[in-house]
Amino acid sequence: MAKITFIQHSGAEQTVEGLPGMSVMEAAVKNMVPGIDADCGGACACATCHVYVEPDWVEKVGARNAMEEDMLDFAFDVRENSRLSCQIKISDALDGLRVKVPEKQF
Amino acid sequence: MSDVITTDAVIIGAGPCGLFAVFELGLLDIRCHVVDILDRPGGQCAELYPEKPIYDIPALPVVTGAELTSRLMEQIKPFNPTFHFNHMVTGVRKLGDEGFELETDGGLVFRSRVVVIAAGGGSFQPKKPPIPGIEAYEGASVFYSVKKMEALRGKDVLIVGGGDSALDWTLNLQPIARSLTLLHRRDDFRAAPDSVRKMRELAEAGKIHFRLGQVTGLKGGDGILEAATVKGNDGQSFDIACNAMLPFFGLTMKLGPVAEWGLNLHENLIPVDTEKFETSVEGIFAIGDINTYPGKLKLILSGFHEAALMAQKVFRLKNPGERLMFQYTTSSSSLQKKLGVS
Repeated sequence: MAKITFIQHSGAEQTVEGLPGMSVMEAAVKNMVPGIDADCGGACACATCHVYVEPDWVEKVGARNAMEEDMLDFAFDVRENSRLSCQIKISDALDGLRVKVPEKQF
Repeated sequence: MSDVITTDAVIIGAGPCGLFAVFELGLLDIRCHVVDILDRPGGQCAELYPEKPIYDIPALPVVTGAELTSRLMEQIKPFNPTFHFNHMVTGVRKLGDEGFELETDGGLVFRSRVVVIAAGGGSFQPKKPPIPGIEAYEGASVFYSVKKMEALRGKDVLIVGGGDSALDWTLNLQPIARSLTLLHRRDDFRAAPDSVRKMRELAEAGKIHFRLGQVTGLKGGDGILEAATVKGNDGQSFDIACNAMLPFFGLTMKLGPVAEWGLNLHENLIPVDTEKFETSVEGIFAIGDINTYPGKLKLILSGFHEAALMAQKVFRLKNPGERLMFQYTTSSSSLQKKLGVS
């Protein structure tokens, strides 16, 4: 079990638990975290689960994959620490992960 | 006034459930017209995941969205449905006991005995980037699709994005725009390599400008755009002068006009019964991802089942008093005749 904290644009925080192997997007959707729309259900095909990984976690979370990099072209305000949360697999190493939810997914 | 198309059933949505509904209705001699906002069949399978494998279609251990769509198109061929792509059904009105009148944003009018809503997550609409104040420019200076190219003749055009739409319109509009800038967040594209090559040639020849960055704000007044403020990849902001901007960030699903048709809705879904998959209005059915009922699973296979049961009720509405004999396609010669296999 890994704890993941979603920080809304307003500053409100919500911490949810995810099982290793699940994606960060799935943990968000399961717990009804606002702002993670995940239109495509996790196929890396819509860019509506965009998050900003908090700076301390960027290295642990790792780099974007090529498909995700392409898909981020359809996200708004993409930054260095942008990831699609459906492409981040939860592991024990990510226990305590903090990500910011963009103001709007579109 | 356009000609009215008269039919037994209008199916709204050409995704897998809408396509299979053509099959189930066809077996019962119910003639269908299918309307979809996209330019091709498949719905989410075509737009969101044409190349992604699906593993839970019975008897197909693995199939891509595109392949499933083409197999369904093959399967419904004997029933010769009429497709109306690039149309969104905007209005549905009840005509006494006669059925319904439907209209599309493209000016089509249907009179239909029944309506089958198979609209999935709603209609695909262009994503609108949340740039502050963008609404004020929409329709006058900001366009999410190009309906008439001529409207952009002589303009200073800014195209934003790096997919096929952004590249195609860069190539198409370059000859008629006064100036054209393509803005993308990286020097890499998710588009046909040939289009990318042509774009780069135009940029090298100085016929277009290619800039890296993301739009953060808009300048202008009274709906007329004067410039877009862009944050470059080095973090520095700069302005790009333009009086037309075309952002291409792909499509997203919105429930759309369905909400205005007088149907009961529950959390943006249409409640139906599980015997006929009929909505709160007799003669309007909802199948697939757009409906809800106790135990609903948003699976393609559930939508197929729903289509089969819906068709039974549609037959009874169309042929009141007539007995419907249940038949199997494996053994019924009349069904086989309809399928063109006997």
